[in-house]
Amino acid sequence: MSVGTTMSSKSAPAESGNPSMVSIAKRQRIEDIVFHRVTQGFSLLVLVALMGIIISLFINAWPAFQKFGLGFVWRVEWDVVNEEFGAAIAIVGTLASAGIALLIAVPLAFGIALFLTENCPVWLRRPLGTAVELLAAVPSIIYGMFGLFVFAPLFADHVQPGLQGLLGSMPLIGPLFGGATNGIGILAAGIVLAFMVLPFIAAVMRDVFEIVPPILRESAYGLGCTTWEVVRRVVLPYTQKGVIGGIMLGLGRALGETMAVTFVIGNANRLPTSLFSPGTSIASTLANEFGEAADFHLSTLFALGFLLFVITFIVLSAAKIMLLRAEKAKGL
Amino acid sequence: MINKRIFLKTVAAAAMATAGMGSALAADITGAGASFPYPIYGKWAEAYKKETNVGLNYQSIGSSGGIRQIKAKTVAFGATDAPMSGEDLDKDGMVQFPAIIGGTVPVINLEGFKPGELRVTGPVLADMFLGTITKWNDPKLAALNPGKALPDQNITIVHRSDGSGTTFNFTDYLATVSKDWADKVGKGAAVKWPAASSLGGKGNEGVAANVSRVKGSLGYVEYAYTKKNNMPFLQLQNKDGKYVSPDDKSFAAAAAGVNWFSVPGMGVSMVDAKGAESWPISTASFILMYKQPTDKAQSAEVLKFFDWSFKSGKQMAADLDYVALPDSLTNEIRSKVWSQIQK
Repeated sequence: MSVGTTMSSKSAPAESGNPSMVSIAKRQRIEDIVFHRVTQGFSLLVLVALMGIIISLFINAWPAFQKFGLGFVWRVEWDVVNEEFGAAIAIVGTLASAGIALLIAVPLAFGIALFLTENCPVWLRRPLGTAVELLAAVPSIIYGMFGLFVFAPLFADHVQPGLQGLLGSMPLIGPLFGGATNGIGILAAGIVLAFMVLPFIAAVMRDVFEIVPPILRESAYGLGCTTWEVVRRVVLPYTQKGVIGGIMLGLGRALGETMAVTFVIGNANRLPTSLFSPGTSIASTLANEFGEAADFHLSTLFALGFLLFVITFIVLSAAKIMLLRAEKAKGL
Repeated sequence: MINKRIFLKTVAAAAMATAGMGSALAADITGAGASFPYPIYGKWAEAYKKETNVGLNYQSIGSSGGIRQIKAKTVAFGATDAPMSGEDLDKDGMVQFPAIIGGTVPVINLEGFKPGELRVTGPVLADMFLGTITKWNDPKLAALNPGKALPDQNITIVHRSDGSGTTFNFTDYLATVSKDWADKVGKGAAVKWPAASSLGGKGNEGVAANVSRVKGSLGYVEYAYTKKNNMPFLQLQNKDGKYVSPDDKSFAAAAAGVNWFSVPGMGVSMVDAKGAESWPISTASFILMYKQPTDKAQSAEVLKFFDWSFKSGKQMAADLDYVALPDSLTNEIRSKVWSQIQK
């Protein structure tokens, strides 16, 4: 039943007073109320589930927060046997791998979206767009296995020694490329993550680039702008906030990714000293240790989960706000 | 109309079939816990189901998960690699018995060395994992392997990143043979790996993958993985001073030297077992059950299952590179442990 028919039938019986029409209107009104309540219930369910997760995470994490206080967040320690825990190692690993992923994925996604909206021949647009979106449908465990068994050996044999030779002796950034070249570590995790978040960012960017009114774009071309000038002066300023929103969505996914990261990050509970050194992320620590954790160890894992929730929540709210602003900008 | 009737009949038949399956499932016994013995429990269950039509629903969720589940009474038995203490067992009114024996093996990736060609002692192995021995040509290693051309290569330590019974077994051994390890690291399903070069792989397959990939690496896996992938392993010196290779014979020798009833709840650690043939990192996996089970019928079924497995499951265990318990021990389990469970 559409809203339109309900509205029109509501006003009709008042004029005619036909009893059958009145009963139809009544029935429709009840149906509307039921429909309204049911859908409202569904939406509330999401809120209740969300609150439930936050509260249960916090309750289970309480012993850890109670023992270490807020210092848990920046404590550099993870010793299960002696029950000394801190989240800093996992937080650093999470942020570093997600940051690297964005550094790689954003320019790539930007290029893909630009090509799809500005330069791509129409016949290629759909298959190429679908291919990018299909990347998002690959299960993360596949990325993990690919990363460990295919990517890491190639990376260790052909890329890392080269990078180390080229940049390892440079001042300031040299130490970033030091250490053993095992193929797995923070950088490898960042690269695999980049390919996982790429489709999300590219899809959002393409969608927002498409909302630029053709008249603006065509006017700029008419004035003799190059494609790059059109993109730089017209498309980007117009879609800036939507683009940032898309990047934030990608970041949210990179922060929470579990299986693929677990395979390639190296799972060492130490602060990484270089991009090649193994580290750990919040999600991979949870995946690794949950099965055999008990008592206090378990509560520190819940605390880690809670922190990841907080970080992701901040990122996603920022994305939502920016997307809302982009919507408004489109209306102008 | 006819189509609709056929459709309804199909639905009804399907519903009946599902209901039938439901009743078959209801008779299944449930257990949860350690992943180390999961392959053999699964194999036993399959054969047992063929013979008795009683299935086993075993969730391989990890030892501490198994302990949690049996405490919550959601399963008829729990399974754990790290035995519970007699005190804890008494508190919860549970009994514990070993069900299967296996071993953990240090594996290496060092060009030109065949399985078992290199030898180490327990303390030297501990030093390598501690990170105090960082090169393969360290004098301590060279002294144990005279005449071998050890390369000037860094040692990369590969460990399990997930909490696991294999790690418990391995660190239990290191803590037993090295005071340094016991003081600095300790034993557990997950520990703080001190070596600066260490990296973690998820599961036995993750460690095996990393060791076979990273040159100069040293890790530890369950014996079955060493055999399946033909990985070069280290010979270890056992308590009697003999160098041994891991196989079912050396695991069985370790089991023979253990006095199971010396500790309440049979929670004996098999590491560093005496005996000239004994592999020093052998382990048993344990079963937890209530003395006064809430569901007596289920509990009786569990005992029937293990009774059958102890009797008829030896070849299956050997096929999967586990070692079945000797008859003398299973008889003692029947008379001393199972007799405590109320039927």
